[in-house]
Amino acid sequence: MSEQLDAGLIAQRIAEDDGLGRPSAGHEVGRARRRKEDARLVTGRTTWTDNVQLPGMLYVAFLRSPMAHARIIRVDVSAARTLPGVVAAYGGADFAGEQGSLPCAWPVTEDIVIPDHPPMAVTEVRYVGEAVACVVATDRFKAADALEAIEVDYEPLRAVVDMTEALAEDAPKVHEPGNRAFTWKFAQGDVDAAFRDAPVVIDRTYVQQRLIPTAMEPRAVVASTDGQTFTLYSSTQIPHVLRVMLAMTTGIPEHRLRVIAPDVGGGFGSKLQVTAEEVLALLLTRRLGRPVKWTESRSEGNLTVHHGRDQLQRISIAAERDGRIRGVKVDLLADMGAYLMLVTPGVPLLGAFMYGGIYKMDAYDFTCTGVFTTKMPTDAYRGAGRPEATFAIERAVDELACELGLDPVEVRRRNWITHEEFPYTTVCGLTYDSGNYEAATARALELFGYDRLRAEQAERRERRDPVQLGVGVSTYTEMCGLAPSRVLGSLRYGAGGWEHATVRMLPTGKVEVVTGTSPHGQGHETAWSQITADALGVPFEDVSVLHGDTAVSHKGMDTYGSRSLVVGGVAVLSACEKVKDRARELAAHVLEASADDIEFSDGSFKVRGTDEGRTIQELALAAFAAHDLPDGFEPRLDAESTFDPDNFSFPHGTHLCAVEVDTETGRCSIRSYVAVDDVGSVVNPLIVEGQVHGGIAQGVAQALFEEAVHDAEGNLLTTTMADYLIPSASDLPAFVTDRTETPATSNPLGVKGVGEAGTIASTPAVVNAIVDALRPYGVRDVRMPCTPERVWRAIAEAPARPAATGPEESESAISEGGAR
Amino acid sequence: MISAPFDYIRPESLDEACRVLAEADTAGDDVKVLAGGQSLLPLLRLRLAYPAALVDIGRLRELRGVRDGGDHVLIGAMTTHDEVLRSALIRKEIPLVALATATVADPAVRHRGTFGGSLAHADPAGDLPAVALALDCVFVARSSAGGREIPAADFFVDYLETALEPGEVLAGVRVPKLGPGWGFHYEKFHRTAQSWATVGVAAAVRLDGGTVEEARIALTNMGPAPVRARAVEETLRGVSPAPSASGARDPLADACDRADEGTSPPADLHGGPGYRRHLARVLTRRAVAAAV
Repeated sequence: MSEQLDAGLIAQRIAEDDGLGRPSAGHEVGRARRRKEDARLVTGRTTWTDNVQLPGMLYVAFLRSPMAHARIIRVDVSAARTLPGVVAAYGGADFAGEQGSLPCAWPVTEDIVIPDHPPMAVTEVRYVGEAVACVVATDRFKAADALEAIEVDYEPLRAVVDMTEALAEDAPKVHEPGNRAFTWKFAQGDVDAAFRDAPVVIDRTYVQQRLIPTAMEPRAVVASTDGQTFTLYSSTQIPHVLRVMLAMTTGIPEHRLRVIAPDVGGGFGSKLQVTAEEVLALLLTRRLGRPVKWTESRSEGNLTVHHGRDQLQRISIAAERDGRIRGVKVDLLADMGAYLMLVTPGVPLLGAFMYGGIYKMDAYDFTCTGVFTTKMPTDAYRGAGRPEATFAIERAVDELACELGLDPVEVRRRNWITHEEFPYTTVCGLTYDSGNYEAATARALELFGYDRLRAEQAERRERRDPVQLGVGVSTYTEMCGLAPSRVLGSLRYGAGGWEHATVRMLPTGKVEVVTGTSPHGQGHETAWSQITADALGVPFEDVSVLHGDTAVSHKGMDTYGSRSLVVGGVAVLSACEKVKDRARELAAHVLEASADDIEFSDGSFKVRGTDEGRTIQELALAAFAAHDLPDGFEPRLDAESTFDPDNFSFPHGTHLCAVEVDTETGRCSIRSYVAVDDVGSVVNPLIVEGQVHGGIAQGVAQALFEEAVHDAEGNLLTTTMADYLIPSASDLPAFVTDRTETPATSNPLGVKGVGEAGTIASTPAVVNAIVDALRPYGVRDVRMPCTPERVWRAIAEAPARPAATGPEESESAISEGGAR
Repeated sequence: MISAPFDYIRPESLDEACRVLAEADTAGDDVKVLAGGQSLLPLLRLRLAYPAALVDIGRLRELRGVRDGGDHVLIGAMTTHDEVLRSALIRKEIPLVALATATVADPAVRHRGTFGGSLAHADPAGDLPAVALALDCVFVARSSAGGREIPAADFFVDYLETALEPGEVLAGVRVPKLGPGWGFHYEKFHRTAQSWATVGVAAAVRLDGGTVEEARIALTNMGPAPVRARAVEETLRGVSPAPSASGARDPLADACDRADEGTSPPADLHGGPGYRRHLARVLTRRAVAAAV
């Protein structure tokens, strides 16, 4: 292997560039460190699940249903079993006695319908791609070929593709109890009063199209057993949750099941799941006594990775003539797909409290009905519920502004919580601990050149330029840092929201941090090292972070919902504090002083007012030798901590987007994009920047490019990347990003989380800009993704001829920085 | 994404390739010619094609390269898109080929995909067939029986179907030099940088004294095969492409409004037939305006 590809050398070079040799203790948090894990990740010289090779390994391929809804009459695998290299082949009936049902951990109501969900279909298939048989062979090529020898007879049943049609009386039933999974309601204040005689009511319906999470690394599973214990490698976000759930599902005792998430190449929520393939891999290795591997293809993934979004949102705003919001009503249909998977029904609930956004109001009413259809189940996808909520309120507030002839920024300013009002308990009962919407908005307007763009917009309208300009605003907040266990319990979630960390002082003074979060690309190793370096006064490079293996990290709640830093990072800090407490006690003993007289700074414990002291490394060695410890002092400095947050965290920010719409072709091109986010205190600005960029790209993708499309028979038409369009760097503008920092008051790091913010914020900013460009044509909405054809049709079918100018009675021109 | 089994044959010469194809044809075997593989391999991996064998001609040096043929430029079928883009001869004498090639997929595909492979694959969403049709290229086919020349107008038969017979290999393409006075443009409309053309327009226009003397316009993805916009070509003759006086009818736009005549555009996720017809009109106007 050439030197350029040596991950170790590259890591060393990065370390040198970043000045790792220089003393840095006490100044790590806030430093734009390049990520210590990236050299191995970007060179691929690491262990991905598909790299795992075990002796005697067999390869699994799944035969998947070509029909969205059908009764299985017969599965005949006998011909496949005779093919060269084929070790075994099974249909669903072969697992019927032992495969159990894939778990749903979030029964959101008491009367929710949770259908049986066999990992391999036995009697009926309910979406295209559902596994109906499998082949196990000596290589993956023979396994793939043998699938064609399996015969399956189906009796077709009617597909149920559309949610509204699914709820009709005569609709075919996806499951016997009917197609309504649950209805969940939440109301605060007198919403009827708010809407009664309201001077202005905005009533809109938006479609949150179905999306396919597209992680760079496809899913892969390796399962093996020695007859007693089982090991499962999986490209998962949730090794700990998975272990518990697999033990419950398969009956393999939890203490004999080890789950390993090696390096994982992205997830976006799609790997927050207990999958059919994971369960079946365990059953196969148990049955065959040999290791088995399954790696999905991209097209297989498009069909069978859980999908995201897919909601029909009706939102109504009652407002005063001056734009002040009286109340908001939301009525959702949420497409569950064919089954309820791990948190499928909970996704809309994560948005249920966020349809009020950053705005003050007296009344709020939310209803959500979960609907079964014959499509792949939906579940968590970057933002999970909150992008949908933010989209609806931010789109509707723009409509309110239009209705009143007000600038959209001005309407927001008249409604938002001002910075003096924090902590602020919203109408939904959430307490937003901190924030400063004025500051973020002022900075964004300044960077964007809002007035200049508005002037250009007016000028283009004036001369009826075929390329019109639109400006979109999104002032978002979100609730993340999942989550206070008490709150999860009150929402009927099946587990808690704490996180665990262990900090081990090694005899040579180096530090091992064991975290219960399970990174899949976010940079935990770097950020946790920065936190630890500052807390213990040790060099950044002396810290290594262990994760993702239940035999190494025995306790954890894993990674989703922008929780890793806010909950897991705080657990690391808390464990470091405990290590320090022990070291202080030991230092006092060694230095023959009172613990109260010991001061800690830059990694040394000193007797106050003297130079007499011990470094934490010296104390680690002393604890290891254990020759001279205080009475009753266990010979270790190591400590662990389990942190359960009191509150969610609430990042916020203002995103502004300028879009040029070619009215002749319908093409929308983002001309400029400004994001000013407030994610609280920042551990590593470079990581934050990366998350914001990627997040915006993913939100823009929903606005302009991505959609899982099904035909009337329930076939997924977007099974390849030629049809399911993921934007690349060439399709996106350069983002201008900045931050304001209002520390969270709910955790000692002051952090709020940044994993989902960009995605949550950007989608409405883009669509608001497109609609803004086309208002003179009478366009009120364009359904996402705003494809050129949809935009062109929206213009062609709009009621109005292009007006020479835009809305004229704008009450208040927003000057740059005017919202300060 | 694993293809079904197939035999793999890599002939050492064009003659050997022709012999292999002739034998397969006689035996009734379904063989496919493999060039750069950028279109064929995805079809195999999706199991949309099940050939018994692939005949890999990708490394045949004799099929590679760009030569000046006097009144034409001969492009060897196995010349990669990247080599086309780097050819000074092509850029100078037949710039429309370079303009369109630059829009093909992405750099990785352009380094493996070939000029001839792309044409012989005859995907109606591919960019080069329309260019070949607009320029009246001549396709040079070889078989064990000898050589044959096929005009572009006869080459593209249907969706993924050309006039090449089972025993034939596309050896190269003669691209006529149009001479002085011509302007060129390839206008491609696609949703992301790497996606196929929703519609594309290849335009070559010659002006004489400020009016159009001759126009050659061909459309990408407006039917199962590339199609010449003959109505536009005829209507444009004598038209001045300069912007007309305010308020007057724009004769260029009027001519280009006939771009979709005689087309049968497909419906897919990137656009319905009605939208594609509209795009063809708009993009043809833009292509002609950019070419002159």
